[in-house]
Amino acid sequence: MDTSLLLELAVNGVFIGLMYALVAAGIVLIYKTSGIANLAQGALAMTGAYMAWIAGTLVGLPIWLAAPLAAIVMFGIGALIERFAMRRMIGQPLIMAIMLTMGLEIMLRGLMPGIFGASVKKIDIGIPNAPIILGDILINRTLLIGGLISFAMIVASILFFNSRLGVIMRAVSDDQTASWSVGIRVERAIAIAWGLSAVMATTAGVLWGATQGIDWSLSLLLIKALAIAILGGLDSIPGVLIAGVVVGLVESLATGIIDPMIGGGSREVLASVIILLTLLVRPHGLLGREHIERV
Amino acid sequence: MFYRRAGIRYTSYRSERRLWRLPFDRGLVAAVLAVLLVLPLVVDRLYLVGYLMPWVIWSTAALGLNFLMGGAGQIHLGYGAIIAIGAYASTHLVRVGVPFEIAMIAGGLASAIVGSAFGAAALRVKGLYLAMATLAMQQIVDFVIIHVPAISGGGQATLRVPAARVLGIELSDDLRSYYFALAVGVAVTLFVLNVGRSSFGRALAAVREKDYAAAVIGVDSFKFKLLAFWVSSFIGGLVGAVLAFCYYRAISPDQFHLDLSIQLVAMVIVGGLGSVLGSFFGAALILFAPILLNQAVGALTNNFGFGISADLRAHLPLLLYGGMIMGFLLIEPLGLAKIYDNIRNYFVVWPFRHAPR
Repeated sequence: MDTSLLLELAVNGVFIGLMYALVAAGIVLIYKTSGIANLAQGALAMTGAYMAWIAGTLVGLPIWLAAPLAAIVMFGIGALIERFAMRRMIGQPLIMAIMLTMGLEIMLRGLMPGIFGASVKKIDIGIPNAPIILGDILINRTLLIGGLISFAMIVASILFFNSRLGVIMRAVSDDQTASWSVGIRVERAIAIAWGLSAVMATTAGVLWGATQGIDWSLSLLLIKALAIAILGGLDSIPGVLIAGVVVGLVESLATGIIDPMIGGGSREVLASVIILLTLLVRPHGLLGREHIERV
Repeated sequence: MFYRRAGIRYTSYRSERRLWRLPFDRGLVAAVLAVLLVLPLVVDRLYLVGYLMPWVIWSTAALGLNFLMGGAGQIHLGYGAIIAIGAYASTHLVRVGVPFEIAMIAGGLASAIVGSAFGAAALRVKGLYLAMATLAMQQIVDFVIIHVPAISGGGQATLRVPAARVLGIELSDDLRSYYFALAVGVAVTLFVLNVGRSSFGRALAAVREKDYAAAVIGVDSFKFKLLAFWVSSFIGGLVGAVLAFCYYRAISPDQFHLDLSIQLVAMVIVGGLGSVLGSFFGAALILFAPILLNQAVGALTNNFGFGISADLRAHLPLLLYGGMIMGFLLIEPLGLAKIYDNIRNYFVVWPFRHAPR
């Protein structure tokens, strides 16, 4: 095996992993505050990308204006989802809340391509196509910049948990009833978490849209994001960063090493294998808090 | 009016545990069964293949999934993979010359073994994690089927299903296939109905409500969860065999993708978690709503010139599934079965208010 090829795959894999991790960070954010895994995160990323495309191409705004605008709209949509759907699931069995997000995922996957057309949409975020050549390895410029933006956003969300609002969210994730009793508005905190998570999804959706075009397949990011969220620990944002790099690396190297042996396609299944292995060996993930159930 | 409860007195536990507490229910079920038996002789073949057969088969599948999700409270997002294992296993066995009756049972067993192996792996975790573990299982089984040529017959291949004989009767024409599918459906329905009255069913209900509490009263929750996975996967495997031999007659991996699992989950939720009747309602709604909607849209386009784009029309089913799952969870979490129950309870007291409840 060629070392420089492996190195190239590894470097690009790290950036891909960081971009996956941005979707996963949204899942973790919602899980941390409300204890629900959002299976609609992939569809939210897709919706966000469509929003950016609407603002950018249909309305004709420049991308530096269109993307933030899409993020603001998605913040609202995320908060509305919490207000009108998830809030009514409080006190219901967990299975219902999960299925509700699953239903949302399916609906969005039909709604967006249905209304705006199923063909692949191009979105240009102003990154030139030419790769960066470093010694004898090529780095995809879109992946590099996307990975760095994702990294910055995840670090920002780690820092966010030290702000006043972040402390409130940590309190909510720790104990909802106790938070209520000291005057924290729990519902509002959860709604903000949904909004922020939708913003993260939008950023990821725009970045991925720039790499592979915008269509329904963006919602498939869900599986990779779930793998990262579970491997890192569902309630740990730093875990997402580590797991993202791991998943990206493994996936990228596997396409280089395993695919020639079995004839391709290992990319799709690796995330599932990672989910299953993590659940078998260490269900709470690398950095997650072990879940103790009190009866 | 119909549902007269007057005069029903339980004098023993045995009578309270009866399958049909209202005499009218027994009559209703018998009438429905009679209609299902006679209908294919009356209606056009198109309706038989297009509506009746898929409804019977998918209802059976929904019963199997509902047994796990509603009966034992274990979420499963990979039931399509279970059905695929049953379909492929039985098809391959018949192709090498095993009699269909044995191949079908073996297909069920193969599904049960793989399904409960994944179940055992997944049972360390629960709720949310179980959802993800079964989702992962769906992807892995899909991957294995596609990438092992010995199973799928190579890359994008479609595997032809040989004609089968059941007890000496050739399952070649649609009518016989339908009756066979109906027989399997009735058998599964009777099984699921009666499990609820047995100690097994009560143990599952205890596990569903709270597994630790079940363990405290002496129910081995791990064992019963695993058994639930086993039974439900076995039913899934049987359905897979029926599906392959009676309905599809040629199988390819993309018939059993995640979309199928999602449809099945939608059937269970729309119909009503844990309800036998609901499985039938849910299968009917999920199967026929997109068809009806499509026809309605087509009629609108033709008669009023109210056109919608081809893209939107192609995505209407997805929109509908998602909308129905969300709508039912938000408005009537217990599904169509609960709506039926409400109507029935209304009639129980309406014209005959004096009837004791």
